Amino acid sequence: MKTLGKIALVLVLLFLYVPIFVLIVFSFNETKSRAVFSGFTFDWYIKLFNNRIIIRSLINTLIISAAASIISTVLGTFAAVGISRMRKLPKKLILGATNIPIVNPEIVTGVSLMLLFVFFTARMHFEFGFATLLIAHITFDVPYVVLNVMPKLAQMDPNIYDAALDLGCSPIKAFRKVVMPQILPGVLSGFIMSFTYSLDDFVVSYFTSGPTTQTLPITIYSMTRRKVSPEINALSTILFLVVVIALLVRSGMFRVMEKRRNRQ
Amino acid sequence: MKTKLLSVPYLVWMGVFMIVPLLMVAYFALTDDNGTFTLNYITDVGQYANVFVRSVGLSVIATVICLVIAYPIAFLLSGLKQHRSMTIVMIIMLPMWMNFLLRTYAWMSLLGNNGYINHVLGLIGIGPYKLINTSGAVVLGMVYNYLPFMILPLYSVMEKIDPSLYEAAGDLGCNSRQVITKVVFPLSVPGITLGITMVFVPAVSTFIISRMLGGGSNLLIGDLIEMQFLGNAYNPHLGAAISLVLMVIVLLIMTLMNSFDNEEQVLV
Repeated sequence: MKTLGKIALVLVLLFLYVPIFVLIVFSFNETKSRAVFSGFTFDWYIKLFNNRIIIRSLINTLIISAAASIISTVLGTFAAVGISRMRKLPKKLILGATNIPIVNPEIVTGVSLMLLFVFFTARMHFEFGFATLLIAHITFDVPYVVLNVMPKLAQMDPNIYDAALDLGCSPIKAFRKVVMPQILPGVLSGFIMSFTYSLDDFVVSYFTSGPTTQTLPITIYSMTRRKVSPEINALSTILFLVVVIALLVRSGMFRVMEKRRNRQ
Repeated sequence: MKTKLLSVPYLVWMGVFMIVPLLMVAYFALTDDNGTFTLNYITDVGQYANVFVRSVGLSVIATVICLVIAYPIAFLLSGLKQHRSMTIVMIIMLPMWMNFLLRTYAWMSLLGNNGYINHVLGLIGIGPYKLINTSGAVVLGMVYNYLPFMILPLYSVMEKIDPSLYEAAGDLGCNSRQVITKVVFPLSVPGITLGITMVFVPAVSTFIISRMLGGGSNLLIGDLIEMQFLGNAYNPHLGAAISLVLMVIVLLIMTLMNSFDNEEQVLV
């Protein structure tokens, strides 16, 4: 099993990385050919940066992801605090419902929200666009915040909060000074998770966006549907580098934090 | 009492934007344009039985392939020192951080008739083969996109198995194969069931992988739903009915997987 595992691991790493590697190599190809490398060029990158639609949809994606994840973090953190104080049965029911958007096929979430928005657009002055996208993103983001904060609250001794109240803290101050520091790691990981899910989401956005507000994944999709252009390869290369750098920074931060902890 | 109220905005939000939309799916599936109750759309789904069979079939194949590939890898990783296995897990997960459209696009350009694979095969004098727009390409796309979702839960379960159990089993007369079948396998069941769910659910409901790699002839459930809402065949009632059936399939597979988990716990 060990040797089998080693062979499988090497093959899987090749399988995972060769397509990306080929994609990157052909982003520097002079011609549009996807098979023959004829000469080196940066043209596709220049074209990419001059492509207004792509830049616009990148900005849209960043705005929507930031707004959705911030709103979700506030909404979800308060919700988790409230839910943690509930009795067993309502708690169980609500947490079960919180799982639905995570478990449900994305396409069903997208389609169901589209039905709701169509209902509204038919009756009110309301269009598919920024608002519908934001609502949709918040809806699939909040559960991740709730589910990340809940365990931190469960680990916390509830008496500490009551003690702070007894010692003269106002409920808001007690929350800020006592509860918040303890659940902060959960809040942060919930925020980061919802931000990355929003950045990456295609399926739900596809059903809830309008012609005016496109996100980057939707633009990428329409690019792959039209004529092949190495601009996609250039975009992939840039995004791949961003991901690699982000993950390296993250693991570097972890290492620094661990060293500090060890010193203490 | 006051603190509980903090969850009210969330409950209202999820009620309006999650529960109500899902109820609307059910309502659309069970009514016609005039709002009268009908089961016609549900029975109409039966016409697309071949699409359902294809979706479930290809997803099962992809899930099995993922399991077979991921199992030995997860076992190998679980035996390594933690910082090494964590590094490898990170390298395996890294492509998942790139948008799946780009990952699938990479295979589109590799498998295409004028793509890189056929070009290389041509250099050694074979091919060209029709690689893209086949059901095999769809399975490949599923495996490529979801394989890490199988490796991760398997690894995290196997990593927690105490290695002295293997020694104990060996001392008690197990050969290395029996150690795998009698010790590793039963203890890794929770990882297997979670991995199956995490691969099967997105695979059975995908609509992009099939469109990009399967061409027009490998329609899946997701494509069918998308066509009813955004395609030429606009029919939200039928689309809602298909979505409802898809949810039932997903629910069934998850209940099945959960029941395996519970049985194991009873045995232990």
